Amino acid sequence: MAIIGRIAVHVFKESVRDKVLYNLVLFAVLLIAASYLIGQLTAGQDVKIIKDLGLAATQIFGLFIAVFIGIGLVSKEVERRSIYSLLSKPIRRHELILGKYAGLVLTLAVNVVVMAATLYLVLGYMSWVESEEFKATWLRPAADPAMLPAIFLVFAQLALVTALALFFSTFSSPILSAVLTFGLYVVGHFNADLRNFESVVDSTAAAYLARALYYALPSLAPFDVKAAVVHGEPVTFGYVAMTTGYGAAYVAALLLAAVFIFSRRDFK
Amino acid sequence: MSTPAITLDGLTKDYAVGFWRPRPHRALDQVSLEVATGEVLGYLGPNGAGKTTTLKLLMQLIYPTAGTAEILGCPAGDVDASLRLGYLPELPYFYDNLSAEELLIYFGGLFGLSTADARERATTLLDRVGLGAARHQRLRRYSKGMLQRVGIAQALVNDPEVVFLDEPMSGLDPVGRRDMRELIRQLGAEGRTVFFSSHILSDAEALCSRVAIMARGKLIATGRIADLAFEVRGWELVVSGASADDVRALGLEESTREVDGRQVIELAIDQPPDRILPELARHGAQVVSLTPRHESLEDYFMRVVSQPGEAS
Ligand SMILES: Nc1ncnc2c1ncn2[C@@H]1O[C@H](COP(=O)(O)OP(=O)(O)O)[C@@H](O)[C@H]1O
Ligand SMILES: [Mg+2]
Repeated sequence: MAIIGRIAVHVFKESVRDKVLYNLVLFAVLLIAASYLIGQLTAGQDVKIIKDLGLAATQIFGLFIAVFIGIGLVSKEVERRSIYSLLSKPIRRHELILGKYAGLVLTLAVNVVVMAATLYLVLGYMSWVESEEFKATWLRPAADPAMLPAIFLVFAQLALVTALALFFSTFSSPILSAVLTFGLYVVGHFNADLRNFESVVDSTAAAYLARALYYALPSLAPFDVKAAVVHGEPVTFGYVAMTTGYGAAYVAALLLAAVFIFSRRDFK
Repeated sequence: MSTPAITLDGLTKDYAVGFWRPRPHRALDQVSLEVATGEVLGYLGPNGAGKTTTLKLLMQLIYPTAGTAEILGCPAGDVDASLRLGYLPELPYFYDNLSAEELLIYFGGLFGLSTADARERATTLLDRVGLGAARHQRLRRYSKGMLQRVGIAQALVNDPEVVFLDEPMSGLDPVGRRDMRELIRQLGAEGRTVFFSSHILSDAEALCSRVAIMARGKLIATGRIADLAFEVRGWELVVSGASADDVRALGLEESTREVDGRQVIELAIDQPPDRILPELARHGAQVVSLTPRHESLEDYFMRVVSQPGEAS
């Protein structure tokens, strides 16, 4: 456990050194600039747009961190041969995988928290400067705590994407890993369509294949509750718990597979 | 009675080569070897002999095709062994964004050292390998030779009983080589078991209690340097009490020089000393010393390695 922690802290430290956190500055500047512009252009709709924009940006920024650091977590160590000295230390290979994963999830958590705080600050500022009657036209308050479940699920989704990237990078090149991860990210949003597939095809084989794929591929759409939250629809605790549970199970399976492959690899 | 520090038993490794139809290429072939505690072993062989492969198997960076490797009685890769060993990989490389000190603190932490203890250890070690002044500099800016020194420091971070060094002299300038040689000598003097590989034989001659010689994946000889079957190429005979004329009378003036009033006679292989000694004695000469002149380790090496065989 302590070993996994040390490796995780090292990953976090490296990402800070690699200036990954600079993306937060970019995020803040974009968000503030956008909200200023939107405030000039629209009337009444602006809070909703900014919420949409802020949540989407959190997801996209996080996605890039998850994929581009995720694919390098293991492959960079192998490519640069730093893995030779690392693995000669008293660590087991599964601890290396779990530590790397935990480190990137920690990095993502810090990023998501800071991005969410920035979003709340911008929204809070809007709420502070607007008149009471103007605020009455808002569907939901600006700094709406109901956004928190949506932000949490964005984070949970990113944790799943990180596991995908890490899994692919244990056996394929960084570029292929990135392509596969982004590919699955997109497919994962349309996964539910595979379920309807069987009703439109005649071939039973195709139907079985569709069903197998439906269960094997990650379902990412359930993690996206941004639109619901922005439009004031409630997201229940039960829903968040269920979706998180699904994500955790999927992550566990991916990490297990990654450990299985990684433990058998020759570092030649 | 006591377990050897390192035991290789029939260690064999095939690499798959070729993309479409991979064929096994035997990089290491049935290597069996024991290294006693406290021994400094030179693991010698030209490039491609299988030295790095052996070390990677010992670190369980790769898995053997057959055979076993044990360190301090534990199978290779066992965490109990890792706690007590240090490893310098060939041409080591670490993390660009860390300083040497941070690297040692990270690695020290993996051995359970607290940050404060690890920092103290880092200071001592970096001073020891001559990097004290550069310890806060990012590794990105380190030269090859400096990385080699960091590599040694990180291999010693846990005060290991057994130290594995893969080509520790490579990438070093003459001063660096001298420092490294001195360091290895000290590690041996401190009672550590040292297993170091080299393709440079003079490194071993100065340092090793024993050498193992590898060629084409096979262990071809082991032994104390003095006991290895080096060919005798001649003798050096030092006598006193004889004049240059006496030596000339024996027809040896070509190969004789006078040092401090003594005659130093180089005898070729076809001039065995037992024929000359009685003659010299008749001229009143006394033998000061007689030493066989061996082929150099390099010569030995070339002789054994260039035996007919497949080229790969
Ligand atoms: N990754 C690899 N894939 C295929 N063959 C390899 C690989 N690494 C080494 N070899 C082969 O294994 C043999 C031993 O190599 P190595 O252990 O690196 O030798 P040394 O360290 O003594 O120079 C060589 O014939 C080399 O070509
Ligand atoms: Mg080598």
